[in-house]
Amino acid sequence: MHATFSYPKYSFTPSDEQRTGNVRRHPVVIVGAGPVGLTAALDFARKGVPVVVLDAEDTVSVGSRAVCYAKRALEVWDRLGVGQRMIDKGVVWKIGKVFNGDRMVYQFDLLPEPDHKIPAFINLQQYYLEDFLVAQARKSDLIDLRWLSRVISARQEADHVVLQVETPDGVHAVEADWVIACDGAKSSVRKMMGLEFQGEVFKDRFLIADVVMKADFPAERWFWFDPPFHRKQSALLHMQPDNVWRLDFQLGWDADPEEEKKPERVIPRVQAMLGADTPFELEWVSVYTFQCRRLDRFRHGRILFAGDSAHQVSPFGARGANSGVPDADNLVWKLALVLDGKAPESLLDSYCDERVAAAKENILNSTRSTDFITPKSEMSRVFRDAVLELAVDQPFARALVNSGRLSTPTTYTDSPLNTPDGDRFAGRMVPGAPATDAPVERDGLSGWLMEVLDGRFTVLYAAGDGPVPAEVAEALDGLAAGPLPLAWHAVTDRRRGIAGELVDSAGRLRERYDLTPGSVYLIRPDQHIAARWRRFDAAALSAALDRAVGHTVSR
Amino acid sequence: MAKLMTEQRFASPDDVYQLLIDSHRDLTPEQSTRLNAKLILLLANHIGDAEVLAEALRVARQGIE
Ligand SMILES: Cc1cc2nc3c(=O)[nH]c(=O)nc-3n(C[C@H](O)[C@H](O)[C@H](O)COP(=O)(O)OP(=O)(O)OC[C@H]3O[C@@H](n4cnc5c(N)ncnc54)[C@H](O)[C@@H]3O)c2cc1C
Repeated sequence: MHATFSYPKYSFTPSDEQRTGNVRRHPVVIVGAGPVGLTAALDFARKGVPVVVLDAEDTVSVGSRAVCYAKRALEVWDRLGVGQRMIDKGVVWKIGKVFNGDRMVYQFDLLPEPDHKIPAFINLQQYYLEDFLVAQARKSDLIDLRWLSRVISARQEADHVVLQVETPDGVHAVEADWVIACDGAKSSVRKMMGLEFQGEVFKDRFLIADVVMKADFPAERWFWFDPPFHRKQSALLHMQPDNVWRLDFQLGWDADPEEEKKPERVIPRVQAMLGADTPFELEWVSVYTFQCRRLDRFRHGRILFAGDSAHQVSPFGARGANSGVPDADNLVWKLALVLDGKAPESLLDSYCDERVAAAKENILNSTRSTDFITPKSEMSRVFRDAVLELAVDQPFARALVNSGRLSTPTTYTDSPLNTPDGDRFAGRMVPGAPATDAPVERDGLSGWLMEVLDGRFTVLYAAGDGPVPAEVAEALDGLAAGPLPLAWHAVTDRRRGIAGELVDSAGRLRERYDLTPGSVYLIRPDQHIAARWRRFDAAALSAALDRAVGHTVSR
Repeated sequence: MAKLMTEQRFASPDDVYQLLIDSHRDLTPEQSTRLNAKLILLLANHIGDAEVLAEALRVARQGIE
């Protein structure tokens, strides 16, 4: 049905272990080659860990699914070498407008700050996204992608997991030290283990249509409550690449999904929205109901859940893939250290702690948006309509208008891996926060802090405009030569021509991290802040590093 | 932390009460509901303190159900 995209077909090749019958024990098997499984695979390969990825299908995501990818997910993909391709193909945007009737009631800017490498959001069809991730994965010898390989059972033994995998050539066993279940919202691994996926289903239906048209709407997110072309229901418009536009119409619970999908029902709705004389082609149509649900815990022994298999949200706020990718980002460095014997297995419990906290935050935001868009009671609708009415003239009410609170990364405020601040700092870079970007110059080349944070632990030492004291450099060199993957960088206020130093050319690092000469930041492999101090203290830094890899630190 | 003030604060309580009632004159129950909702939102923002609002809601709910 797609005019603008032809689906790749990834061929099935029987693996050696299936052909020979010699079962092999893999360090990591990932179930599911969706955005989350592929991201995890790329990150493992970066860290030198070989992975097998099993997927039941032989192509990318079919139909209209994710469109909007947020800065944080793009930063992860950029670290993995595939972000720029997505940004180049995608539609970059940051402005959202909300209308009530035909009046604009609210406008937001998702990246009001200058000087970031990665944009606030891009729009890109999920099939392109997956296609790019697969292409990137195929470049690595460490990633063994196996298509038409459906996991049909999972059994945990004391020190490994046995999966039965069904392929066109029959069923065979695959063994793994660790399994990551990235098999989506209907996760079969979750069902095999009998785990509950609890939450709420929203009593509403949405028609999602992708249409091809040449139109001069801007690259912004437009959301309507009660528009003239679709009375008493909401609607959404989003630009995608290839002149494809995502339209979304609220239908109400009583709508008949099969009827609503028929072109003779869809075309008049689209015409009413776009105007009768805008030519368009229907690319894809689906009718969805939405839910917010999650697993209680994301780690079950040697099986870890990530992405939609662990948590599901409604699309308002684009918190699906955008929160699944940080799951992978959070999990992979931890599991790589555990596999390497450099961190205790209990570090994996912090994956659960941190990402359950994130899932709660996402579900809370997603539920609130859905409750605003689909009020659950008469009085909830009365307040919603009152907010929309007031928002036209009363600035305070605009902040209450909720058409989706768009995905932002979670700060792991209560994480056991954080070293609480002993010194005073201003700003947002608290322990647990995702590091924010800033321009830096290194060896005469301009670049970005996010490029420096390359998947290892990173120590930033603010040298101001003086040299790095010899004993500091010596201690940091010692840590960098130690067992944990770690790099350190001096941040300086001006160019001194010293190799490897980060020149804070625009002063944004100082501003965003509240740096004063002597300040030290310890940043985790997933680019979250672990600890910071006003003065360098080698013992405190070692203790913070120990803590960040899950060793219990006596205080 | 601000506290919900429940002692009498109006110079002329009867005037205030009449103001409330008069503003609903000639409205259908539906229109009144709408007015009340807008009024609550305006006043809640004016108070600007979620704790005070929570306390007021708790007190208002007493005796209902
Ligand atoms: C209408 C709509 C709009 C959305 N919009 C957005 C958005 O704008 N932004 C956003 O971030 N998210 C959005 N989402 C959510 C997003 O699509 C999902 O969060 C995302 O696809 C989850 O990725 P995943 O890798 O966890 O799972 P999936 O993408 O579901 O991938 C699971 C994979 O596992 C495979 N699999 C399943 N069972 C097995 C098995 N037994 N054995 C082997 N393989 C198996 C499947 O073949 C599939 O490839 C939207 C969703 C919908 C429905």
